[in-house]
Amino acid sequence: MGELRLMKGNEVIAEAAIRCGCDGYFGYPITPQSEVMETLMDREPWDETGMVVLQAESEVASINMVYGAAGSGKKVMTSSSSPGISLMAEGISYIAGAELPCLIVNVQRGGPGLGTIQPSQADYFQSTKGGGHGDYRLIVLAPSSVQEMNDFVDLGFELAYKYRNPAMILTDGAIGQMMEKVELSDYKPRMTAEEIEAKYGSWATNGKKANREYNVITSLEMDSAKMESNNRRFQEKYKQMEEEEVRYEMFQCEDAEYILVAFGSSARICQKSVDLARAKGLKVGLLRPITLYPFPKKPIAELATKVKGFLTVEMNAGQMVEDVKLAAGCSNSSVPVEYFGRMGGIIPTPGEVVEALEQKLIEA
Amino acid sequence: MTEEIIIAGFGGQGVLSMGKILAYSGVMQDQEVTWFPSYGPEMRGGTANVSVIISDTRISSPILHEFDTAIILNQQSMDKFEKTVKPGGVLLYDPNGIVNPPSRKDINIYKIEGTKIAADLGNVKTFNMVVLGAYLKAKPIVAMESIRKGLEKSLPERHHKLIPLNLEAIQAGQEKLEAVNEI
Repeated sequence: MGELRLMKGNEVIAEAAIRCGCDGYFGYPITPQSEVMETLMDREPWDETGMVVLQAESEVASINMVYGAAGSGKKVMTSSSSPGISLMAEGISYIAGAELPCLIVNVQRGGPGLGTIQPSQADYFQSTKGGGHGDYRLIVLAPSSVQEMNDFVDLGFELAYKYRNPAMILTDGAIGQMMEKVELSDYKPRMTAEEIEAKYGSWATNGKKANREYNVITSLEMDSAKMESNNRRFQEKYKQMEEEEVRYEMFQCEDAEYILVAFGSSARICQKSVDLARAKGLKVGLLRPITLYPFPKKPIAELATKVKGFLTVEMNAGQMVEDVKLAAGCSNSSVPVEYFGRMGGIIPTPGEVVEALEQKLIEA
Repeated sequence: MTEEIIIAGFGGQGVLSMGKILAYSGVMQDQEVTWFPSYGPEMRGGTANVSVIISDTRISSPILHEFDTAIILNQQSMDKFEKTVKPGGVLLYDPNGIVNPPSRKDINIYKIEGTKIAADLGNVKTFNMVVLGAYLKAKPIVAMESIRKGLEKSLPERHHKLIPLNLEAIQAGQEKLEAVNEI
């Protein structure tokens, strides 16, 4: 059993990064995620593991530092909150286009614009459908506990390297600021260039060896035919992610007539809503997508043939509801898919969710 | 056992750290805990509150709209949280600065002269530990041994010399809890 601590989600991201052998963190402060870099600076991992921690002059600089360091094969990351992630969008698209692994953590706050510093899930579209330009995808993990903040750092890096693609932890101010009991991971040593090459292949620009051609890291390709074939390769990669990496969790769905679909902190609230609804005699279950991309289409399509309705619960104006509708529609089912949510930093209460379920699906 | 608590008062009263020590004590006796703060641009003198859940089983929502216990340390928080105590639950308050005392008849109401007792102990900063002691008298949900371990874990090592004083404050709070309305 690993070390047990009581920690904030943001602090755990930092601790997990050090322990999983991260080589570098580049970031810029913004509420509600500032404790990530604060914890790293306090821990001084450069003395312990050799990890670099650098406060850049802006979010644009930090994502481009990540781009450069990732190009040399290093295990690197950044974190920010919504407006800062928007600033990074160009760099993220370049990293995806250059096929490099990295981890980006978005501790979401209410938007649009400078918005508020309170929790939100309004960056679902930005994270799962693009954000930057071009046909690219991020692997998007949505933790719903402080423990998962720990677990998904290592998992995020693993997936990022497996696919040579940026991975994102999409969380929010509630989980970032909340403290829970967490079992920390054991320390893993940082990987050497040789170990990375042996495990993931030779693509990093870390010094040309006599026995191979130059490795080139770029997202630029002036020949359209070649750019199209690059895109086809990316799409193959995304298809493989959809086949192999879907993760989700189901609560009390076996006999459920109505399914709540929620991720991250909304999913925690909905667990309580399921209990409240069941106490009233309503057969309600919860499906929690853990990967938002790739999205768990199949379990939703299967449930669509059995249940009377879905209610997505999101801290936004209704974004994931579109993916649930598409997934439910895959089984030619006309089952209703409704949305309930709060915006601008307001967190729905478990009771509100049950009321919405009754109004929108049961009494409708 | 699941205990859902809201602690609310002014920033600077030690509301968040009281919650942290309580939550850490739960961790020390192998329970599940969440500590969810109201975070925002608030500073010293503004309002601050934290909800703490301690449970023997997996905790679902860290965000709640009703509580087993409310620990209330200023009038604004009384106005906001008296109504959120579940029927049969506990409301503990410090009368210092309270103009409109709690009036509900369906809950257990206790008070603790935390401000005064902390001053008598010679360190007004122990106020939150006096209140914590009073709460543990009304609801002994964690063992004193776990509280001591919780203090060790939550306080940086350079402050460990203050642990005996904190324990003294907790004890004073336990001794001086007053029942206002018991059902």
